[in-house]
Amino acid sequence: MHLALPDFMAALPEIFLAAASLALLILGAFQGDKAAREIAWLAVAALVVAFALVASPLHSHGPERQVALYGLFVVDGFGAFSKMLVLIGSALTLIMAMRFNEREGIARPEYAVLVLLATTGMMMMIAANDLISLYVSLELQSLALYVVAAFHRDDRRSTEAGLKYFVLGALASGMLLYGASMVYGFAGTTSFDTLAHQFAQGGTVSIGLIIGIVLIAVGLAFKVSAVPFHMWTPDVYEGAPTPVTAFFSVAPKVAALALFVRVMVGPFGGLVAEWRQVIWFISVASMLLGAFAAINQSNIKRLMAYSSIANVGYALIGLAAGSAAGVRGILVYLAIYVFMNAGAFAVILCMRRDGKQVEGINDLAGLSRTHPALALALGIFMFSLAGIPPMAGFFAKLYVFLAAIDTHLYVLAVIGVLSSVVGAYYYLRIVKLMYFDEPAGAFDRPIGREIQAVLVISALVVFFFFAWPGLLVDGANAVAAALFTG
Amino acid sequence: MDNWPLLSLVTFLPIAGVFAIMILRGNAEDVARNARWIALWTSLIDLVLSLIIWARFDPTTSDFQFVEQAEWLPQFHIAYQMGIDGISLFFVVLSAFLTPICVVASWTSIKVRVKEYMIAFLVLETLMIGMFCALDFFVFYMFFEGVLIPMFLIIGVWGGPRRVYAAFKFFLYTLLGSVLMLLAIITVYFQVGSTDIVEALNFNFDPGLQKWLWLAFFASFAVKVPMWPVHTWLPDAHVEAPTAGSVILAGVLLKMGGYGFIRFSLPMFPDASAYFTPLVYTLSVVAVIYTSLVALAQEDMKKLIAYSSVAHMGIVTMGIFTVTSEGLQGAMIQMLSHGVVSAALFLCVGVVYDRLHTREIARYGGVVNNMPKYAFCFMVFMLASVGLPGTSGFIGEFLALLGAFRVNTWVAFFATTGMILGAAYMLYLYRRVVFGVITKDDVRAMLDLNWREIVVFVPMIAVVLWMGIYPDTFLRPLQPTIGNLIESVQSARDTGHRFAAR
Repeated sequence: MHLALPDFMAALPEIFLAAASLALLILGAFQGDKAAREIAWLAVAALVVAFALVASPLHSHGPERQVALYGLFVVDGFGAFSKMLVLIGSALTLIMAMRFNEREGIARPEYAVLVLLATTGMMMMIAANDLISLYVSLELQSLALYVVAAFHRDDRRSTEAGLKYFVLGALASGMLLYGASMVYGFAGTTSFDTLAHQFAQGGTVSIGLIIGIVLIAVGLAFKVSAVPFHMWTPDVYEGAPTPVTAFFSVAPKVAALALFVRVMVGPFGGLVAEWRQVIWFISVASMLLGAFAAINQSNIKRLMAYSSIANVGYALIGLAAGSAAGVRGILVYLAIYVFMNAGAFAVILCMRRDGKQVEGINDLAGLSRTHPALALALGIFMFSLAGIPPMAGFFAKLYVFLAAIDTHLYVLAVIGVLSSVVGAYYYLRIVKLMYFDEPAGAFDRPIGREIQAVLVISALVVFFFFAWPGLLVDGANAVAAALFTG
Repeated sequence: MDNWPLLSLVTFLPIAGVFAIMILRGNAEDVARNARWIALWTSLIDLVLSLIIWARFDPTTSDFQFVEQAEWLPQFHIAYQMGIDGISLFFVVLSAFLTPICVVASWTSIKVRVKEYMIAFLVLETLMIGMFCALDFFVFYMFFEGVLIPMFLIIGVWGGPRRVYAAFKFFLYTLLGSVLMLLAIITVYFQVGSTDIVEALNFNFDPGLQKWLWLAFFASFAVKVPMWPVHTWLPDAHVEAPTAGSVILAGVLLKMGGYGFIRFSLPMFPDASAYFTPLVYTLSVVAVIYTSLVALAQEDMKKLIAYSSVAHMGIVTMGIFTVTSEGLQGAMIQMLSHGVVSAALFLCVGVVYDRLHTREIARYGGVVNNMPKYAFCFMVFMLASVGLPGTSGFIGEFLALLGAFRVNTWVAFFATTGMILGAAYMLYLYRRVVFGVITKDDVRAMLDLNWREIVVFVPMIAVVLWMGIYPDTFLRPLQPTIGNLIESVQSARDTGHRFAAR
């Protein structure tokens, strides 16, 4: 009995991150709340190191796919790409949270530790190559997220959000687990590779297996908050402390969508004809509901919740295509989405008046006069979310629609672009408030250097993406193609 | 200068002005003044550049000239490509011509957020010129749709009382059309294998597919033109936009639709164009007659001119789809003429609006008595809009009708009725505003044109008369391109028929 070292090397970033979070937990236990900021910065450093590890060839044999830890764990380009996005998302939102937590009196070291643990879970999700490792990593992520949602424990809305998320999340996990057991029962294995091999031949599949797949899809749809499993999203987004909402809308979404892609095109890739209609429906429903339900929102966090539902709908177009082009579309979409959303939430975090956080959309009125730079940044993010060129959001939508047309999903594409016009209405409404209306009073200054940095970085990425789209698109193209040939 | 990337230069020069304005600091007064001057100089240099391009343009060939290429997304065969032919040349010049006029026209009438205003106009100029120069579909689309952002802000920030409604209506209407075109562009991309417009123009699309693609492009261009019945955003946008916003809207943005029809719909989808020609004729004729009647009943000057724009653009779409050399040349001249004339008419409205702050026709009357210079300028443009021989409007309408007459007498007949109505509403407007006795004290107190307004109007009058008296200057560069276009459409239709016969 011996464990070869390279086996562990494959999971080096995850192992490092897990170890770092434990070390920081101990540090936090000894240092107490006063060290919250230092620990948060250390956590950011850990994320950066993990990013470097993912990017370095240290833990894998070149770009090709590598299965490790007795088949439970897979390392490939797709995973590395998604992991990097998750790490960027976590790091950006962690930086944004520091000052907010201090102001609200919830600056505790546990916050950074929980974010790190959740991130570890997300990275393992992305690397899962077996139904069991899928479930375990998903739970590691989810449990950390439940706690983070309720992190403002003296706040009624926050605790309610945490509880709601926990109860509904547990239900979804249950469904996913049940689906996994059905798949195991009918296929006789939990390994993705074996499953993929079984279904590659095509032929008829038993109804039990289909039910299992659908239940797994339901569980994952819940995690990415796709319609009709989105009910928790607006409440949790509104109730959770704002930096947590920012975090929720970025990193876990990337991880869950990457996992969704991994499961659907990996083990069940041969059955694309069976599950495509399911994804088709969730995609359409998410886009439409996200577009129409957001129109009447008056709370900016709720609005962003519906916006994120709609965005998941667009990303799922790529999955419905079920092709390399589709996966490329999803990856491009997610990468751009991370920056758009992190930026938009950075502005939302700046919405403080007289020392109190405000969340009403109308509080943004006249922002272009009271705080022109902030208004310009949010304007860029809103036009980008609406998908208007030359902002990055246009490219995000372009690549998923390219995939849809390529697979002849014309109806899906038409519904997609039409709902994006509806969606443009509420993004424009924010621009209108900021630029057309009279000021409602200035926000507190200064907004903080960390948030400024996040804002500038995201705004530059979103605005100047059009000049060098190849940097991202070519990478996404390569890893997506590898997912299908490998 | 032979190796200079002239088109990129003329496109992106305004952005340099934007950066210059952005870094302005100091007290509000100075910033506003400097912003105006920077915007004026940038747009004037850009105008000179565009004139240089015109001077160096070879009018004997139908090929694209000044072609530039740079890698953008080589893996996807998407490249940054620019180039112009006879059709796009004049739109580039028109855009560069109108922008400095807009800057001057807004010199004193815009008092708040001058810096942002000038930035918006310069960005708009870049996007407009870039759109006419683009030779790659995605580059084209980015410019085409990007125009919405500055225009939305111009209407919404500096517009009238119902500006929010008008800005949203403008944005969402146009966006709805464009996104369908985006899907069509993607489909074209998969058919052709690249987004090179030149390649797509020479590609033979399957006749069945052509119809769908044609409809998707039509959705976008028809809203832009705008054709009846999707024109309703235009009166709202015009009425609420600031004067210079209306000028650009009528002068250039509407032409993007007509340009799209000539550049894409006809050569790429010749069979579908033939199939849908009756539809276009019907909509055009309805637009000409219906909107002329509506214009007759308007109380608001800007609204009246807005409706007259719809009618004039109806002549354009009719001319384009005759696919005759007269019709297409007429449509082109009509677009250029309308670009100058309607822009000038909006400026005329702006002149009196700046003085009295109302656009209600009944509030004026007898203006000729105390504003003779104004009355003269207004008259020239009014007559050009009516299509008086000797003005640009006549050449455009006459040629377009000639083309229509050769193909379909009834269409020509109805369109001509519309023109009679056009004379009616314009003369009626002129009589109510300019002639008569002054009965109102505030009208009597109005001052005649100041030198800045004269500086704006003189070049426009010159262009209108030049185009009307010696149109050959403008027609000559057009002819090879249009001849080539008609030839390729005809030959494609013939092969299409042969396919059908077999």
